[in-house]
Amino acid sequence: MRLRANELSMVIDRQPIVSGVDITVGPGEVVGLVGPNGSGKSTLLRGVYRVLRPDAGRAEIDGYDVWALSAKAAARRVAALVQEPAGDVDFDVREIVRMGRSPYLSALRPATAADEQLVTDALERVGAMPLAGRGFRTLSGGEKQRVLLARALAQQPDLLVLDEPTNHLDVRHQLETLDLMRRLGIATLTALHDLNLAAAYCDRLYVLAAGRVVASGPPDEVLSPELVGTVFGVGAVPSVHPVTGRTHLAFYPLPAAAETATVRR
Amino acid sequence: MTVTTSPNVPGLTDKAEPRGLSVRARLRRRPPFWLVLVLLAVGLVVTLTTAVTIGPVELPFLQVWQIVADRIHPGLGGEVTWTPVREQIVWDIRMPRVLLGAAVGAGLATVGATLQALVRNPLADPYVFGITSGASTGATALLALGIAAFGSTALSAAAFGGAVVAFVLVLVLAGAAGGLAPARLILAGLTVAYTMSALTSLMIFLAATAGQSSIAETVLFWLLGGLGGARWSHVLIPGLVTVLGTLLVTLRARSLNALLVGEETAATLGVNLGRFRLQMFTLTALMTGVMVAVSGGIGFVGLMVPHAVRLIVGSDNRRVLPVSMLLGAIFLVWADVVARTVVAPQELPIGIITALVGAPFFVAIMRSKRRLNVVGER
Repeated sequence: MRLRANELSMVIDRQPIVSGVDITVGPGEVVGLVGPNGSGKSTLLRGVYRVLRPDAGRAEIDGYDVWALSAKAAARRVAALVQEPAGDVDFDVREIVRMGRSPYLSALRPATAADEQLVTDALERVGAMPLAGRGFRTLSGGEKQRVLLARALAQQPDLLVLDEPTNHLDVRHQLETLDLMRRLGIATLTALHDLNLAAAYCDRLYVLAAGRVVASGPPDEVLSPELVGTVFGVGAVPSVHPVTGRTHLAFYPLPAAAETATVRR
Repeated sequence: MTVTTSPNVPGLTDKAEPRGLSVRARLRRRPPFWLVLVLLAVGLVVTLTTAVTIGPVELPFLQVWQIVADRIHPGLGGEVTWTPVREQIVWDIRMPRVLLGAAVGAGLATVGATLQALVRNPLADPYVFGITSGASTGATALLALGIAAFGSTALSAAAFGGAVVAFVLVLVLAGAAGGLAPARLILAGLTVAYTMSALTSLMIFLAATAGQSSIAETVLFWLLGGLGGARWSHVLIPGLVTVLGTLLVTLRARSLNALLVGEETAATLGVNLGRFRLQMFTLTALMTGVMVAVSGGIGFVGLMVPHAVRLIVGSDNRRVLPVSMLLGAIFLVWADVVARTVVAPQELPIGIITALVGAPFFVAIMRSKRRLNVVGER
């Protein structure tokens, strides 16, 4: 297993946000994390990419507890695209991707031609070579995600963690970004808001509600109208997407009475 | 330059050539890094020499070098054509002062650049954490004890001690264990600065009622700063601290860069945020403490020089830090020349000069770039 989260619990300001979550991601597998706002998706991911220490449980990458590794050693195994307003930085695209090599570098181990080659390879794999000389902050949202995926590639990670990678993107760039994510072939754990995108691009899904996993499995099994109604409080009509053949949900508002029965934090 | 990043217009965003061209054009306008370094290094040497020639006794440029060479190795400067008085002026009076100015200017600018990246705040400067206030409290306390026999070295030591106390207080208040979040750091710094200032004022007040009004003058020196009375014994430590400190922060420039992009991003790139902040904060506080102990709280250098540097070399701290060091040295040496000549034989506190130059400079940056940012121009 690339990732094995065991009984992971996380508390912020004495408030339990994630409670006893078990998650696995196998080699090459793309696993989605879905759930309503405040269900603990981002917090759970923070525990995995080593920003917020879990209060109980372990997150293991290839058998190593990420919190027992040094920050650098963890960054060589896990790359993450976080939800964070990118600083208004005056770096060009190549410099941003080059930062992906920093977990491997130190004062005693300066960057070499091999590192530079990895940066070039990463830019090529995401098709961002034409952007290499551009200023990062002049890029569009879709271009930025592409470049950040290149930076993640330059980290040569065993696991890629994405927090809402399609946020603020138009529909075309949503599809392009997730398509690219799949083609990288790296074991991936991604939080997604859009259930249909999750169904279309993930091998397996975990559904989070109030910090607990309430369902998991292949998208077409997990995303039943009953579960969507309970967890998200909306009605859902499943169908098969005429082009992709994946599960597709059409949503409609439930009457107010039903809403009170939904799982809420 | 206005840049729209979202929403995207499909088909336009991928081939937005005009935008890309303008950025490239801007990048092209940036001078090569090595050229900047060479020019500033030459500028520093010229500045140091010129600054030594300026004063009540005008000295020829070349003679400065002859005297210095002769002091380093007798005979190296050629035949001795100067009077012993001149030699004394150059070697014992002006050289230490000019070199101290260079060391302090370089140190403050480096510290400012580091802190602005560390707390991701363009307004951060070496004094934001109450270190100047601590230094003046330390010095005042020594004076208030009423033992005038203490020399200036003891005063410097007391000032440094006060700076360290302020620093430790800030660490405790900000919660070193909690990762030293920038907002908490700044609040803790302000708290300590106000407390220390209050203590200093209290001691001045008590001393004045006891008939010791001279303390207030000494305290004013620590608040405004000055390089008067510099001696060789005062140059060595700040010089070493500046050079070593700049080297150490420049070695961590990659982590500072990652931090500029984002805090979580830095963490996912292998920066141990809590430990890194503690290291950098301790290093910069010690540097600032040493600078303040020998020269008082010279304002604006640490705030302004890094911003000017980013306009020239961009955001990359691997360039910003060494260039800040050079430009800070040049700037403070000239500010000191003005401070000691403009109302000669009186001296203005140097902090007045740096602030008077600094304020219009700030306005100029804001007007030309419309936006003052920790990470450079926009």
